[in-house]
Amino acid sequence: MDNLGLLMGGFGAVLTPENLMYCAIGVLLGTFVGVLPGIGPAMAVALLLPVTYGLDPVAAFIMFAGIYYGGMYGGSTTAILLNTPGESASVMTALEGNLMARAGKAAQALATAAIGSFIAGTIGTLLVVFFAPALASVAVEIGAPSYFALMVLAMVSVTSVLGGSPLRGFIALFIGLTIGLVGLDLNTGQPRLSFDQPLLADRIDVVVVAVGIFALGEALWVAAHLRRSPAHVIPVGRPWMSRADFRRSWGPWLRGTAYGFPFGAVPAGGAEIPTFLSYITEKRIAARHGKDEFGRGAIEGVAGPEAANNASAAGTFVPLLALGLPVTATSAVMLAAFQGYGIEPGPSLMTDQPDLVWALLASLLIGNALLLVLNLPLAPVWAKLLRIPRPQLYAGILFFAALGSYATNLQPFDLFLLLLLGLLGLMMRRFALPVLPLILGVILGPLMELKLREAMAISGGEVDALWSEPLAVVIYAVVAVAIIAPLVLRTIRPAPAAVAVDEGLAGDTTREEETVR
Amino acid sequence: MDNPGTATPPSPATDRDLPQLGLAALLVVVGAYTFYDATTLRVGFGDPVGPRLFPYVIGTVTVVLGLLLAVATLRGSVPEAEGGEDVDLRHPADWLTVLKLAGVLLFTVLTISFLGWAVSGALLFVGCAWSLGSRTLVRDVLVGAVMAVASWYFFHEGLGVILPAGILDGVL
Repeated sequence: MDNLGLLMGGFGAVLTPENLMYCAIGVLLGTFVGVLPGIGPAMAVALLLPVTYGLDPVAAFIMFAGIYYGGMYGGSTTAILLNTPGESASVMTALEGNLMARAGKAAQALATAAIGSFIAGTIGTLLVVFFAPALASVAVEIGAPSYFALMVLAMVSVTSVLGGSPLRGFIALFIGLTIGLVGLDLNTGQPRLSFDQPLLADRIDVVVVAVGIFALGEALWVAAHLRRSPAHVIPVGRPWMSRADFRRSWGPWLRGTAYGFPFGAVPAGGAEIPTFLSYITEKRIAARHGKDEFGRGAIEGVAGPEAANNASAAGTFVPLLALGLPVTATSAVMLAAFQGYGIEPGPSLMTDQPDLVWALLASLLIGNALLLVLNLPLAPVWAKLLRIPRPQLYAGILFFAALGSYATNLQPFDLFLLLLLGLLGLMMRRFALPVLPLILGVILGPLMELKLREAMAISGGEVDALWSEPLAVVIYAVVAVAIIAPLVLRTIRPAPAAVAVDEGLAGDTTREEETVR
Repeated sequence: MDNPGTATPPSPATDRDLPQLGLAALLVVVGAYTFYDATTLRVGFGDPVGPRLFPYVIGTVTVVLGLLLAVATLRGSVPEAEGGEDVDLRHPADWLTVLKLAGVLLFTVLTISFLGWAVSGALLFVGCAWSLGSRTLVRDVLVGAVMAVASWYFFHEGLGVILPAGILDGVL
């Protein structure tokens, strides 16, 4: 119960009228940006990050928490109303959600998504309150070798388990690692890959990388393939749910939360697997009760995956805060944000700056609650945003991308870097290179080098120090499984796309094709 | 990304995606340069790993990945291009628009210190909207100017970040 007391202290620090205003602004900005087509939560957070830099840490946190939840919710709004998931985590929400919207139940779909996100986010954050300090106290004991192993695990799992093509995943990862090399070497202070540019020797700002790859890359990619006819947007009223909708939703909300949190909390997670599991579980349960509306817009199919998505997002705070390990694109950007606020996530964070951690966790709970209060009434307004003409919409995204990267350091050079990274992002989309491994490489590469050199300096250059700790050996075993398992599965089972066809996904996407025409 | 419906079905003519060889070549060049750059570093004392190991490993693996990609391309590995709400993959890519947008951004990079954010940002918005096919110039100029000036004041008053005022110094 000690943790709860500390959390209350966090609330005390955060709950002032001024902070609540910042949080409300954050929720509105986050939803505004997140709802824009083509922008997922990670991109929304990266774009809006500079807005929080001028504030003191606690105000920045609470505004940031609002942006974060707003961006997540904005993404599911787009998924439901346009059938176009902003990122892979909301693919499952889009399936039944868009069918509901087309059947005239957009209001209920948005409501169950909002309330489900709120419940899952709240439970998830409370679980973080209990787990992260415990994990951190264990993690303090973890030596540099095991740390190094953990980072290898995070990179390998994100690169080889999630994407479709491991080769392309590793290419993205190593481009990221190369970008992470740019700048002064940590020990000897010599510039690497800097072409004698003092501004490059200063290292490339992760925010500029994220905005360039996510926002600018996406805008350029869309520009190259802009659809000539506008997409079909479903009008929506104020979200509401009937008593029967509630009765059908609460089970999926809780089951989705139970799926999502563990997957987010282990440093190999992501939201793709739990949302998928939640979707098929709800489908089976509905079939068993003889009320299978899946394929025609089942509210369970929105409630479950949406809860799983948010619980998993909350779960990612455990490795992020306790180990300093980001495992999703959003948490990678968040790590950069925390560093911008002068906070170094990792085992010692909980003991060094406990006030800030508890303020952050309290902020997340408040942001989540404010989101529900603000966005249920505002949903019709957000839906109108989807009708902004495309040239102005993407011009606006480019405008904010430029503003965000320029405002961080006020260097025109950063804008030039933004352009180069945007072209890189465009190239990655053209060649189907996944974005997440690249961001992870940029952030984890330098950390990994630091830990390796630490481990080696302690051992005096003995390489076997790397597997001298039992934990490190266990992690390397998991890494081996993570590399081998997909290869084995691919040979004995049909490809993931074929599995998706079994679950009725393919039929839906072809229907999307037709409406798009 | 993994959306089977939105990806263009591979036709016999596009069995091989030859531009991928360009990416493979780029990877080889970047990897080799990373390796070369590392050889110019001096090794410090009391640091068994040194500043060279990471770039050596990263550079080497990048070269190998480039070669693997070249082999995969020749054996018919085709990228599944990313779909999206506003993305229509059935038409050939419109690289001219991309070029225009890059030009607008480059113009911003070169002039922002002189013009200041309020003017530069507005021009950026108008230029991008125009490149993307908007022909409502007056409205775009108005929207761009309002957004740029408003964001200048928002950063100045609300966040304490002073964006350069440029030629509007004293007016804003």
